[in-house]
Amino acid sequence: MRVPIEWLKSYVDIENLDDKTLMDKLVLTGSNNEGSYKICEGIENVVVGKILNIIQHPNADKLVVCTVDVGTEEIQIVTGATNISIGDYIPVALNGAVIAGGVKIKKGKLRGEVSNGMLCSLEELGFEGSSIPKEFDDGILILDQAYPIGEDILKILKLDEAVIEFEITPNRPDCLSMLGMAREVSASFDVPVKLPELYNETAASEVETFASVRIDDPDLCPRYAAKIIKNIMIETSPLWMQLRLMQSGMRPINNIVDITNFVMLEYGQPIHAFDLHSVSGGEIIVRRAKSEEVITTLDDKDRILTDEMLVIADKDKPIAIAGVMGGANTEINSDTKAVLLEVATFDKTSIRKTSKDLGLRSEASSRYEKGVSVELPAMVVDRVCHLIELLGAGEVVPGLIDVYPNKASRLEIPFRVERINQMIGSELTAQEMIEILKKLEIEVIDTDGLKAIPPYYRLDLLKEIDLVEEIARLYGYDQIKMTLPKTSTWGARTNAQLIEEKAKTELLSSGVDEILTYSFVSRKDLDRINLPENSLLRNQVELINPLGEEFSVMRASLVPNVLEVLSRNYNRKNLKAKVFEMGSVFLPKELPVKQLPIEKKMLTIGLYGEHEDFFTLKGIVENMLSGIGVEGYYFEKETHSPTYHTGRCANIIWGDHILGTMGEIHPLVQEEYSLGIRTYVADLDFNLIMQLSRESKLFKAIPRYPAIERDIAVLVKDETTSYQIEQLVKASAGALLESVVMFDMYKGRQIPEGYKSVAYALVFRSEERTLEDEAVNKIFSKILKALEDELDAQLR
Amino acid sequence: MKEILEKLLLMATDEVKAAKSLKELEDLRVKYLGKKGEVTSVLKNMKDLSNEERPIVGKMANDVREAIENLLDSVKEDKKRIEMDIQLQTEGIDVTMPSKKSLRGHKHPLNVALDEIKEIFLGMGFKIAEGPEIDTVYHNFDALNAPVDHPSRSLSDTFYINEELILRTQTSPIQVRTMKSQKPPIRIIAPGRCFRNDEIDATHSPMFHQIEGLVVDKDITMADLKGTLDMFAKRLFGSQTRTKFRPHYFPFTEPSGEVDVSCFKCGGEGCRFCKGSGWIEILGCGMVHPNVLSECGIDPEVYTGFAFGMGLDRITMLKYEIDDIRILFENDIRLIKQF
Repeated sequence: MRVPIEWLKSYVDIENLDDKTLMDKLVLTGSNNEGSYKICEGIENVVVGKILNIIQHPNADKLVVCTVDVGTEEIQIVTGATNISIGDYIPVALNGAVIAGGVKIKKGKLRGEVSNGMLCSLEELGFEGSSIPKEFDDGILILDQAYPIGEDILKILKLDEAVIEFEITPNRPDCLSMLGMAREVSASFDVPVKLPELYNETAASEVETFASVRIDDPDLCPRYAAKIIKNIMIETSPLWMQLRLMQSGMRPINNIVDITNFVMLEYGQPIHAFDLHSVSGGEIIVRRAKSEEVITTLDDKDRILTDEMLVIADKDKPIAIAGVMGGANTEINSDTKAVLLEVATFDKTSIRKTSKDLGLRSEASSRYEKGVSVELPAMVVDRVCHLIELLGAGEVVPGLIDVYPNKASRLEIPFRVERINQMIGSELTAQEMIEILKKLEIEVIDTDGLKAIPPYYRLDLLKEIDLVEEIARLYGYDQIKMTLPKTSTWGARTNAQLIEEKAKTELLSSGVDEILTYSFVSRKDLDRINLPENSLLRNQVELINPLGEEFSVMRASLVPNVLEVLSRNYNRKNLKAKVFEMGSVFLPKELPVKQLPIEKKMLTIGLYGEHEDFFTLKGIVENMLSGIGVEGYYFEKETHSPTYHTGRCANIIWGDHILGTMGEIHPLVQEEYSLGIRTYVADLDFNLIMQLSRESKLFKAIPRYPAIERDIAVLVKDETTSYQIEQLVKASAGALLESVVMFDMYKGRQIPEGYKSVAYALVFRSEERTLEDEAVNKIFSKILKALEDELDAQLR
Repeated sequence: MKEILEKLLLMATDEVKAAKSLKELEDLRVKYLGKKGEVTSVLKNMKDLSNEERPIVGKMANDVREAIENLLDSVKEDKKRIEMDIQLQTEGIDVTMPSKKSLRGHKHPLNVALDEIKEIFLGMGFKIAEGPEIDTVYHNFDALNAPVDHPSRSLSDTFYINEELILRTQTSPIQVRTMKSQKPPIRIIAPGRCFRNDEIDATHSPMFHQIEGLVVDKDITMADLKGTLDMFAKRLFGSQTRTKFRPHYFPFTEPSGEVDVSCFKCGGEGCRFCKGSGWIEILGCGMVHPNVLSECGIDPEVYTGFAFGMGLDRITMLKYEIDDIRILFENDIRLIKQF
């Protein structure tokens, strides 16, 4: 809401306030702003001038040479303007003046003729092109009065004051008006509001002979007031009115339209003017549209209506879409002799829906859909009539048509002083509260306890809690104490949150960076990781209104997201990367989705780099699992996962559960993501892993006796796994074996095809004595025998 | 033999003194005192001496041996010093050469900032609540007193799965879920991802992060709200931080407010981050609307509460001076490694 301070001053006396004090205080009482600006900011040395003479430029067809009286002297100015005449008062930028855009005006010669300044247009004074009236569109601003020659134009036209851009919250539609903002100023600074002058009806009503109003659908139109103005003289409106409209961002059109817009800005009540003679029989009927009824609106577009929309009609045809836009068939024009003014109240939900369904928004609809008081029409009619008389725009026909079938009753809101203090944390007395409410024109009565009666324009005040807010904001949020809640609660992470944090800490200490990627992805992502058409993950939760295909479904796997990030890093020449994301995947319970889908927490790790391989990733996974106390799992080769290299993929198994899958990604997937290097991914079900986390660490005594180390190297079949060998060694060695770790694996020369040589370091130790070689030798033979018998191993 | 021993002592003294290294000293020890050394061989020839001469020459030989040994030891000690000095001199390094770091991983900057905020609230007695990213229209709007025709519900603002399910537009549904499942006293923060139908640009992302807070109990006041958020701001942005509470409007709270903090970049003098105002808007807050409490099964006549919410992305970007939100979701490790 743009509020020119010059205009605001006609309702409240704030002459002694500077702009900053005004704005700062209003912010604290609830009217925030998006800043202020002066339309004519930086404009200097532009004065009122009078054109004394105009002659054709001797050397240029399109230029004229003017003699202009600027008070101190008569100067010659060359101009290309065509809308000026001798005797016109105009703004003159003198030598050395600054006009809009910081342009400096200097005297000079134009085609040989001296020009000592420039005649200014509205645009050159800083107005936006879109708000400049058509008549001045590319011409000089012709002043409408004989202003004192030589005076600063900004002072004379009151353009030296700022316009404040207020941010109006949806609960305060009444503040979308000059009066609404004036009332906020009044309450904030304790100054009275000067209400605008109204038309005073004296003569007996004649209006019935011109028009009638009938409301068929009072649910959508609680009130309709109409007034007739005859002997209309369509003219331009006075400059003061035009300038206020322009500063508020509205383009002046003609006196009648300008008055309706002016009063709308004053009161927040939309007003429409119909050409009375185009209204068949002068009969106004407010009714729902017929299905597929068509109306051509003021913007010359045909609109097809539905029977949910409200129209204003005469007996033959619709003449307006109620509260949204007038019809072209009843538009006022230069031949208009009489108008019917409509000041009505419409149901806000209906207006919002109509406006949305038609894709048609207007100043009127945007106000109606936020809510306009049903008490406004009568006084707004009188304000319009006052201005019509003041401007001599027409003759007001005595009498008002005011169809208002169900008069709204006055609302009384009971409130409790102690409750309000309890909410705010204040210690205000009843009297202090009443004083505050009074500033807001909220009357308080005391019958069976205190009751507040809000003013008609405050549609947002319905309950005691609404009064709490009013009292708090005018008392001042800054005046409220600062205390801490007396409640004693203790802050702590949940077990799940702790496990998650621990897992992250482990990953970070393994050198893995955390990433965060979008929850919505493209359906094609699953193609990219090579998933078959019938994969269950293809049942994805779909958005009705995505930003585009690439954000159209909720992710069912984090693998594509992680690969995308690795790909981006690889292609940005980051030579190595290790990343993880801990986040949700979305699995529908049924398709199409009816219930909330399952949100499963996944942990996906991905890496590439020159010296990295499957076992780097395996180490990261193992560190993470041991860090959160998950034990008893093992890796089992997986050859059927299409995302992975068939020979380099494993499932991580715990009991009957698969905790996740990891491996080198399939060359096709690697290629799909433009990764020019082998890349490794682990995709882990963190929900499941979390349930296996145990905090059961017990101290184990530090060994007191020395260990004996033995290496063993055997030849085994290629398909024999390290896991099998380790398990067998452990089983056959008994309690004295402390550890068994593979330290070499060799295939190639001197090793027969289909075999490999593997070497393990075994450590033996007793907790009770120093072991002798002999004892170890015995165990060693047992181990060897077991390997030979069960795995066909040969000692090397 | 006496002469031989005296000569040996003189020779050894000269040679030891002339020795240039520990190695040469060791060689001299072997030469004179070793098993086949010259002093040793003199002793071996003692058997040829008379009984009278033997003890005298024996003593003398031992004296010579001892003298050479002492000499060797003292010279050796000097030489060792010298050699050590040479070692120290020649082994100098350039201490400004690069270190050997063990490369740790880094948290995403959004979570670095979030962790900081979580710690503050944990310390103030809050727990951390979580909820689903896909939630119901009921939890996200209806239960929060949002008008049925509120524009934020429209397809142009909110992502829909079907008529009843949406991607949450705020983390407030977590508040609703908490109030419905727990009895007061309640004190939680609810961080999480949120989604709004915004085209992606430098300041908008269809996915962003919020942290909301909720306190419900008997006798909770706006003064408590102010005190809590002021303390939070001082912990997050430094103890010199000031807060300014301004009235505002939200459907789910009343009275509602916005909180500005004194600019933590310039200290309130005005800079590009606070657009010259000295203040940065950081939070929305208010007293939980009685309609919301009732809807969640809490009697608003008995209990009151306050709620607040802030944008994690905005705070992160301000804090670390990141000027484009898209960078946060590109996950270039050169960004992440900075935090």
